[in-house]
Amino acid sequence: MHFILNGRRMNVKAHPMKRLLDVLREDCRLTGTKEGCGEGECGACTVLVDGQPVNSCLIPVAQVRGARVTTIEGLKGRTALQEAFVTEGGAQCGICTPGMIVAASALAPRPTAEDVRTGLAGNLCRCTGYSAIYRAVERASRRSSRRGRLQPARKIPVARDFSRARKTVVARDFSRAGKIDVARDFSRATKAGLKSGATTDRKKKR
Amino acid sequence: MRTAISSLQLFQPRSLRDALLMLRDDGPLVPLAGCTDVYVSLNFGTLAGTRFINLWNLEHLRRIERRGSSLVIGALATYSQIARSRPVRTHLPMLVEAARQVGGVQIQNRGTLGGNIATGSPAGDSLPVLAAADAVVVLRSAAGTRRVPFTSFYTGYRATVMRPDELIVAVEIPPVEGQQWFRKVGTRAAQAISKVVMAAVRARRPRIALGSVAPTVVRAWKTEEALAAGGPIADARAILMTEIAPIDDLRSTAEYRQRVAGNLLERFWVETA
Repeated sequence: MHFILNGRRMNVKAHPMKRLLDVLREDCRLTGTKEGCGEGECGACTVLVDGQPVNSCLIPVAQVRGARVTTIEGLKGRTALQEAFVTEGGAQCGICTPGMIVAASALAPRPTAEDVRTGLAGNLCRCTGYSAIYRAVERASRRSSRRGRLQPARKIPVARDFSRARKTVVARDFSRAGKIDVARDFSRATKAGLKSGATTDRKKKR
Repeated sequence: MRTAISSLQLFQPRSLRDALLMLRDDGPLVPLAGCTDVYVSLNFGTLAGTRFINLWNLEHLRRIERRGSSLVIGALATYSQIARSRPVRTHLPMLVEAARQVGGVQIQNRGTLGGNIATGSPAGDSLPVLAAADAVVVLRSAAGTRRVPFTSFYTGYRATVMRPDELIVAVEIPPVEGQQWFRKVGTRAAQAISKVVMAAVRARRPRIALGSVAPTVVRAWKTEEALAAGGPIADARAILMTEIAPIDDLRSTAEYRQRVAGNLLERFWVETA
């Protein structure tokens, strides 16, 4: 079974009825996509299939054969959206955040407030009361209105912290196996992760 | 996910013909379109079937086109596609309204019209539209094609006239004369199943259909007759109460649904006057 994951061709051996969500998290080891409700209500598991936001908990992997799948990891780490979520306090507990950002990344250029609300209506957040999230998306869209979609790269310190934290956590998950393509990419991260296990634990305690 | 994946079997036809042969020779199979209903049941371990057939890739079932004076919507057309479609916007704007109010964008990108019909939930958002539009469901099997008027498609709660070897391939909608009207009443605008949903057409003979008020979608024939005869709206409202049979459930109460259904009828009548 092959599909294009974040721009790379993937070959996955999985049951055709396995949920795309589980294939991404377990077979592809990309744990940025979260499971919330498992019934298409909350949008935490949102990914893009051929550019369209969908709930990955409701899709058998057989239905993405040959398709382009984009996860939060595929949004290249530092985006105007992520920055704006940090600045505006759009992220609190964080479970809805990857789904929110992926859904927001698919909005048409220069969305109106109404577009943002409609585009994110399928994503639930129990912390922020949504206003901070809407502000974040509007802020990011003002920044990137010339670029079409909402993802220009811009380095900020906070984003760098995020990416390190993610790598470390992901690396621990990788330690078990490296059967598939994508694991090879992370082999260095895996070693680093094993060595820095103590760091991860400390982070967790905090 | 509470269903053991290893116990499931998936058939993957390359063409509609392949699919129809599989349904005839290897059935019964549960058809998979956008999976927005099937995977909810699978995730909760409440789906009886273990053998499935994947229809998602049968591209030509996704077409929306005008054929003569009719609008033909392929069974695999998604709500997003329907909401964007120019022929649907001009011919059946109340379906565009319904499509925009299904779930959120993630569900609209996957949920299909054929799936909504086949699932046959009494709360299906598109169903009152199809009932009010006098749509015809096109069923196909290896043995041939048959056309069933939408208003006689359901035989009971989630029960239809379809045979296990048949697929819904399209819906045909004859020209709709008159002003179209749609209203969904739920807990919130998105991601909510309706408490009452109504589609209606204001013409010399008005057409009124409601969801979430009976075991199947309901066409309010007697109410329509009363309105066509020029009777007062209050009488029509009283008649409507005899044509619906809502229940108490976790989303609402029978009493509330009756009152809202009556209010929607009056709202329709005023707004399309």
